[in-house]
Amino acid sequence: VLRDTLEMTGTKFGCGMAQCGACTVHLNGDAIRSCITPVARAAGQEIKTIEALSEDAIGKRLQKAWIEEDVPQCGYCQSGQLMAAAVLLKEKPNPTDNDIDLGMSGNICRCGTYQRVRKAIHRAAAMK
Amino acid sequence: MKKTVYVVLVLGFVTAVAAPLNSSDKIIEPTIQAIAVNTKIISPIVDKEKTQADKIREKESADAFKEAYKVLMHPRCMNCHPSGDAPLQGDDSHIHTQNVTRGKDGKGVYAMKCSNCHQKENTAGLNMPPGNPNWHLPPANMKMVFQGKTPAQLAAQFKDRKLTGKTLQEMLHHVEEDKLVLGGWDPGEGRTKPPLSHAEFAAKFREWIEKGAVIPK
Repeated sequence: VLRDTLEMTGTKFGCGMAQCGACTVHLNGDAIRSCITPVARAAGQEIKTIEALSEDAIGKRLQKAWIEEDVPQCGYCQSGQLMAAAVLLKEKPNPTDNDIDLGMSGNICRCGTYQRVRKAIHRAAAMK
Repeated sequence: MKKTVYVVLVLGFVTAVAAPLNSSDKIIEPTIQAIAVNTKIISPIVDKEKTQADKIREKESADAFKEAYKVLMHPRCMNCHPSGDAPLQGDDSHIHTQNVTRGKDGKGVYAMKCSNCHQKENTAGLNMPPGNPNWHLPPANMKMVFQGKTPAQLAAQFKDRKLTGKTLQEMLHHVEEDKLVLGGWDPGEGRTKPPLSHAEFAAKFREWIEKGAVIPK
């Protein structure tokens, strides 16, 4: 629905079974896996995709940090990484490495950008 | 002469033995002993009858728990009662992919909450995420660990309200009615069901409690 019907192609389709995190979007502020979420669950709820990430301060800081750390390689997982990171910073404004591990371990990156993702999250947290 | 000596000796012995009974505190002893003797005479019969009845009931209670234990330790139950803070998955009870963690309320943390993937109902397809509106692990302050527990350890845990937050009747209600428990018998494609039906399991759990919640050996 997001990509083909609404033409919001920032959200990526990866595994299709909630394993990789590439399709992560926000449902009422929580980072859900859109690939297996029935449309009925989203009806009447607030859905936020990567296209709207920069609408709030956390999203802006994350985008800036992502650019400064030059995080993406192929980029396919990055919209999911950013949407997951936004929830992490909302709930834990100053995350430790352990918090980042706990919050981001469901977002797989086949290029292995994990260290840069970690640095960018710390950078975004420090921007306030 | 000899007879006189023997009589004197015997009388002296009897007097010596009887002398302490003259003191007031010693008078009570024979009385208590008499009661004890009387009790011993009566009680072995009563105890024997009670013990036999109790033993049968206790054995039935313990046996019922051992049957219920087969379900409790099956992956459909145990996977959500792990010894660590990560839920388990699959019939081999491996640690949940993505290194999911419990969180304070048992519903995950940050971008890794249970409901991010687990829907209200099972997602269709082989090994897709099973669903429930209230998918969660036990909370961090009451982990209710099953993994690695013997029948005796698990039964003792169920009886300790400090560890469960529930009375045994509330525990029974959880076993009989909680939709997360019932979900074990509707696990979704690619997952085995527990060895007893839910009705059989609930009946065994009820029997265990009603016959004394005996901790099996």
